[in-house]
Amino acid sequence: MYHKLVLPTLAALSLGVQAETDSLTREELEKALDQQAKKIAELEEKVNLAVEAVEAAPAAATHTNIGGYGELHYNNFGTDEDIDFHRFVLFISHQFSDNLRFFSELEIEHSYAGESKPGAVELEQAYIEYDINASTTLKGGLFLVPVGILNETHEPDTFYGVERNPIEKNIIPTTWWEAGAAVTYRFADGFSLDFASHSGLSVDPADFNIRSGRQKVAKADADSFAYTTRLKYTGIPGLEIAGSLQHQDDITQGAADASARLIEIHTAYSNGPFAIRALWAQWDIDSELADILGKDQQNGYFVEPAYRLNEEFGFFARYSVWDNTAGSANTIDTEMRQVNVGVNYWLHPNVVIKFDTENRLGAQDGSGYNVGIGYQF
Amino acid sequence: MKKFFICLTFFCANLFALEDVYLQPQQFIQQQFDNPPKPQYFWITAPHKEALTKILGHKPRKLRIKYWATPEKSAWILEEIGKEHPITTGFSISAGKIQQVKVLIYRESRGYEVRQDFFTEQYIGAQLDKSLDLDQTIDGITGATLSVRALNKMAKVALYLDKQLQLEEVHEQKTAAAKP
Repeated sequence: MYHKLVLPTLAALSLGVQAETDSLTREELEKALDQQAKKIAELEEKVNLAVEAVEAAPAAATHTNIGGYGELHYNNFGTDEDIDFHRFVLFISHQFSDNLRFFSELEIEHSYAGESKPGAVELEQAYIEYDINASTTLKGGLFLVPVGILNETHEPDTFYGVERNPIEKNIIPTTWWEAGAAVTYRFADGFSLDFASHSGLSVDPADFNIRSGRQKVAKADADSFAYTTRLKYTGIPGLEIAGSLQHQDDITQGAADASARLIEIHTAYSNGPFAIRALWAQWDIDSELADILGKDQQNGYFVEPAYRLNEEFGFFARYSVWDNTAGSANTIDTEMRQVNVGVNYWLHPNVVIKFDTENRLGAQDGSGYNVGIGYQF
Repeated sequence: MKKFFICLTFFCANLFALEDVYLQPQQFIQQQFDNPPKPQYFWITAPHKEALTKILGHKPRKLRIKYWATPEKSAWILEEIGKEHPITTGFSISAGKIQQVKVLIYRESRGYEVRQDFFTEQYIGAQLDKSLDLDQTIDGITGATLSVRALNKMAKVALYLDKQLQLEEVHEQKTAAAKP
């Protein structure tokens, strides 16, 4: 644009001057050159203003962003086969200023929602985030609980395996969101500390099923809040070590007197083509009812080594162990074990096709395979 | 109990707010030069647009890019979206190699680790190879894949633009030498 405007003008002016040069005195020539210089400067300023205006317009429009992710799963376990568009998610975010933002995540789960239908429409995130300064961020609204590896980052192209690991399903009820306020403080070189006060679980004292205890902030009972803190270290490229602790005065929201604590630690490390993830988590529930059912302790862990062959292919193996009835009163073997081995094929950095085999052991049995396709944008 | 912890959250936020501020873009430029030169503009003409589209994976969002340069080094302030919002980053290039990288404004909700020196120091000394890739391996960050990708793209763009300035300078020198 600059060249198109400036160069022809210069050329025209130069030609004009050249034609008149013979009849002009030196003084007149200098005056003419000065005028030209002024005109060029004015023109340059106008071009700059025009370009700034052109560039500013789309910048204002991009303050609101749309993104999303989704995953289709096919599971084959002998006679038990199903295909499911498990998650279709849209993100909408808006940037009010450099340090004030809004984020949201709206999900259709299992494709078809409605009464007696398998799916659901869920608001999984909707919060305002404010950077007080470069090291401290405040968050308020409906947000993901800072626990585990996948709860906050679960886009399908970012992890191995068609299905998420069973520990971050049955012990940590991923995807797990609550409403409240949170602060993140980043300190030293690579440490961060999160502290969140938020709505809590409401588990049924008949079975103390953690996953079913998520109220999803839908007219949720708020008699008993929960408090979560996480310390994370990411001071070495490729390494993350983190631990979370959550306390809730009454995990049954008044139905039974049952205070609960969740402890979770994990590490994720990648170096060149090699990567490993490992996580351990445990619930301790102080309740006579939970003791009797053997549900006072629920725990599990997994280890997942992986090898990235190139930009397109990565292989992994995962060994998972968990038990939702690990209390001492339980005399039968309820420990579940699972081995997954598989491959991810990235068609694009944000689009992945996955395959893995799954062997179920311990208190569960069966074997089969999973195929999936996932994306994010 | 509930009120106490909610108050504690806000108290912690205020306590932590007492330190640490962002490095402003103009401060970054001042740090790069003893006497900062006047800013100039690099116009993204057709051949550059093609190369930058290859690096970024999308068309450049600007018609021109502001830069500061002396014969020894150039400095660039670039923006690229990680997941949802632009990350503003300063780069200084000397002798075709990255000399410094500073994330100036980080607006994403996760992946702030890319701001930290232990991460950005990995770029120091990196050059652009013939296929427009960095010649050094950059280790990623768990949960910050898209922010890392954005920084990698911006590093390549800064190196590419600096290279074009060097080529222009060589061309001008050759033209001047060829004149009688």
